[in-house]
Amino acid sequence: MNHLISMRDLTKAEIQQFISTAAKIEKGELQPDLTGRVMGALFFEPSTRTHLSFETAMKRLGGEVISMSGTKGTSVEKGETLADTVKVINQYSDIIVIRHALEGAARYVSEQVTVPVVNAGDGANQHPTQSLLDLYSIYKTQNRLTGLTIALIGDLKYGRTVHSLVHALAHTQPKFYFISPPSLQMPRYIKDELREMKVDFEEGEHVEDVINQLDILYVTRIQRERFADPVDYERVKNAYVISRALLQNVKPNLKVLHPLPRVNEISTDVDQTKYAYYFQQAKNGVFMRQAILSILLGEI
Amino acid sequence: MMNDRKTMKVDAIRNGTVIDHIPAGRGLRVLEILESEEDQQKDLITIGLNLISGAYGRKDIIKIENRELTVNEVNQIALIAPEATLNIIRDFEVTEKKTVELPEKIEGLMHCPNPNCVTSDETIHTRLLRVSRTPVRLRCAYCERVFNVEEMKLVGISGKYEE
Repeated sequence: MNHLISMRDLTKAEIQQFISTAAKIEKGELQPDLTGRVMGALFFEPSTRTHLSFETAMKRLGGEVISMSGTKGTSVEKGETLADTVKVINQYSDIIVIRHALEGAARYVSEQVTVPVVNAGDGANQHPTQSLLDLYSIYKTQNRLTGLTIALIGDLKYGRTVHSLVHALAHTQPKFYFISPPSLQMPRYIKDELREMKVDFEEGEHVEDVINQLDILYVTRIQRERFADPVDYERVKNAYVISRALLQNVKPNLKVLHPLPRVNEISTDVDQTKYAYYFQQAKNGVFMRQAILSILLGEI
Repeated sequence: MMNDRKTMKVDAIRNGTVIDHIPAGRGLRVLEILESEEDQQKDLITIGLNLISGAYGRKDIIKIENRELTVNEVNQIALIAPEATLNIIRDFEVTEKKTVELPEKIEGLMHCPNPNCVTSDETIHTRLLRVSRTPVRLRCAYCERVFNVEEMKLVGISGKYEE
């Protein structure tokens, strides 16, 4: 594998390799050495978590990082093309991590450069490193990936994280519940693909209808800016808040995941329950990104 | 008898290509493809719209004098009229019948309609992957979205985009 652009490109065996490598790194059974290697982090759109998680992963493996966050004051503002920018960074670094607002930007970049490229989010399209760390988190908490009942809740229309994750799990015989306000439903093109792949899913608006059946509840943020009318936002936002009271009769193995940052969609009283897993999930992200960097740089 | 009447509606040609079984209403779009190669514009082209067809109800038909189509043109026709047939005519006789075949990968012919796609920058070559033949549905290799062919714009062969 040369690049990590989309979950769509990965075979089941490759996904398993990422998960098992992350597990070995976490347990200390594998200690890849990236001393002397440089990661070029090109965050055309600023990001806190993904950016810092990648930097941490590279530094923990002994590597170095050069970074761009936002385009203010850079050559991009002067009108440099994306292709030119990345061809220059290609000269400085051994691997490129890119986040960009345009969908397909990471794939395009991978065709312009000679070093491995990792997609750290391209518009509403894909966020494969998040999906892989989500898979790793699901695997760690359930001891399996197959046959799980998983609800995705929140903004399913624009959330690239959920789009990537649905693809990643499509091969694992899941039962999906897609819970969202009608205006933020899972896009049709993804549902069509799931139907073609014979994936079992249902759509709904109320998480309380399904919560007691779930193994995984994957929560995403509903963004105010997705609503033309702020009144509509106020109307839906509280209907999608996960509270401790809601978790009273859930399965004992339920874990609540969230790609973070959260605003109010999981109340803080959930944090103390055994169901909360989002902070461990963020930590798993570092192990997964260590695995991704090591595999793409040929150290595994 | 039926055949004779049909022939009379659109003149027979001595040499060239007849594009038959174009879904009714798409003939003019096929014509746009054929006319987009500048040096070909002097060819005599006759077009029949809404002809009665046993298999398809109504169909469009295009006859081009003295010309066989390029691979690029055939691919584009496949996008618009996947059931079309090509009849190569030599001395008034059909010497070869071909069906158009939508290729698995279509490069540079159609423009991805997603404004947030990286290929919305016109300097980037588009690449579309076939998802289904009927109806024609294509996935952009970059933004990964799937579109029906009617949602897409043709890229001119010269590299210019159509309005």
